Amino acid sequence: MIEYLQILGQEIYKIIFLLVPILVSVAMIVWLDRRVWGLVQKRRGPNVVGPFGLFQTLADALKYIFKEIIIPASANKVVFILAPIVTMTLALVAWAVIPMSENLVLADINVGILYLFAVSSLGVYGIIMGGWASNSKYPFLGAIRSAAQMVSYEVSIGIIIINVLLCVGSLNLNEIVIAQKELWYVIPLFPMFVIFFISALAETNRPPFDLPEAEAELVAGYQTEYSGMMYAMFWLGEYANILLMCAMGSILFLGGWLPIMDVYPLNVIPAPLWMILKILFLFLLFALIKAIVPRYRYDQLMRLGWKIFLPFSLIYLVLTASFLFYFDKLPKVSI
Amino acid sequence: MIVHSIFFYFFSVIAIFSSLMVITSRSTINSVFFLILDFISVGCLFIMVGAEFLGMILLIVYVGAVAVLFLFVVMMLNVAEQKQSWFIGKKSTHIPTGLIVSVLILLELLVVVGGWKYKEDVMSSSTLILSNVSNTHQLGLVMYTDYILYFQLAGVVLLLAMIGAILLTFRERVGVKKQSYINQISRNPSSSIELVEAKSNQGVRVDD
Repeated sequence: MIEYLQILGQEIYKIIFLLVPILVSVAMIVWLDRRVWGLVQKRRGPNVVGPFGLFQTLADALKYIFKEIIIPASANKVVFILAPIVTMTLALVAWAVIPMSENLVLADINVGILYLFAVSSLGVYGIIMGGWASNSKYPFLGAIRSAAQMVSYEVSIGIIIINVLLCVGSLNLNEIVIAQKELWYVIPLFPMFVIFFISALAETNRPPFDLPEAEAELVAGYQTEYSGMMYAMFWLGEYANILLMCAMGSILFLGGWLPIMDVYPLNVIPAPLWMILKILFLFLLFALIKAIVPRYRYDQLMRLGWKIFLPFSLIYLVLTASFLFYFDKLPKVSI
Repeated sequence: MIVHSIFFYFFSVIAIFSSLMVITSRSTINSVFFLILDFISVGCLFIMVGAEFLGMILLIVYVGAVAVLFLFVVMMLNVAEQKQSWFIGKKSTHIPTGLIVSVLILLELLVVVGGWKYKEDVMSSSTLILSNVSNTHQLGLVMYTDYILYFQLAGVVLLLAMIGAILLTFRERVGVKKQSYINQISRNPSSSIELVEAKSNQGVRVDD
């Protein structure tokens, strides 16, 4: 029994050392997002609290904590309170399988990529529950938009993942990274990388696909009735999800924790730093796109997902499979 | 081992409890939420017995897609709460149908599990079941060699179901304006702006 408790203690220790950096980096990333947005529009962005305004998010979080939590009288209370918790938990739980280096991973499971995909596809529940339980028109419309959008774009993300898996021959995230030692998949699968990136924007409800919370039409979409800490949880979960999508993109296409080239000055830099740099690079692209691209119309969004991305990624899947088959490059199963 | 069985009972108790709640809870939305809980705990049970691929696929397909659509439909239709519980209601037609379906499922399960347990050649896979290969690889090896025909047939059946569903719900609507992206993108001022001399008390007729 004491042995079990020891193991449990170690795991909790590891989990805390995974979650705290993620929460801190979520705070920093919100600052970065607002800063980039400001710089693109020739504003300064948040620059008052702390050095370069770095503590702006912490100040905001503090403000949210002390605000009153308002639950609408006609809301379904249990579901209303559950929704932000579900969003936040799912966004954090997925980080368990992300490898920061060959050994630095909490759970090195066989079906890591499926786990990531499953958790990110569960993310829609937080939004749907929040929208429905608010018992109000705007949140409900936002939730319905969001559900349709996330389910649609998940399909093409799934097919893109299959593309990568064909080249790797394993579902383990570390093996996906190691298979890119010679060549990052962003080069042979470049169209898939672009589609993955755009689908990730749609999956996380980021501009130009932020129709579920389009200010001009739906106030704040599914979050309209939320206030205080519950709103902050939605918001943290959203940014944790964005970081997760960036991590997924860097593992699938940008070689995860591998250095750009395996030469002297580059391979001295520790592996987790490479991973963080790649996540940051992808996040900068997310932030820039938020600042420079106008919002899509809803029918255009659906058309893009079902009529363009899905057929294109299916055709690319067939092409990849035939290329691997005819040039005898299919990954060998070690039997 | 103790921890293993604790977890097993934990998940199975949740699974059975939530499946009971699916059929007894009065609000339809709560039923769907309990169905989701049921799917998740069954997925966890799959993972516990080592079928990690099946567990994850159950989560992705059923929880991530099918149950979302259930929830969607239930919320959109705004199904009223059931006034009477099934056990009390007089004219309940659900119970006989439910009984027939569940008895049939039980019989099928008995046939399949019994045959698999007591007759060795029922499971006639000629592909070697390897123990040192991961679960996903094993499934792939069996599915794409011995059972390729059934696998493809299942795919064709699903495709037919999809086409059928689209055909059933498809209807030509009249008077609906359609967006043409090519036309929208290739608009220019000379083709879309027209200067009209409007006469007094007559106005301009816009053809649409």
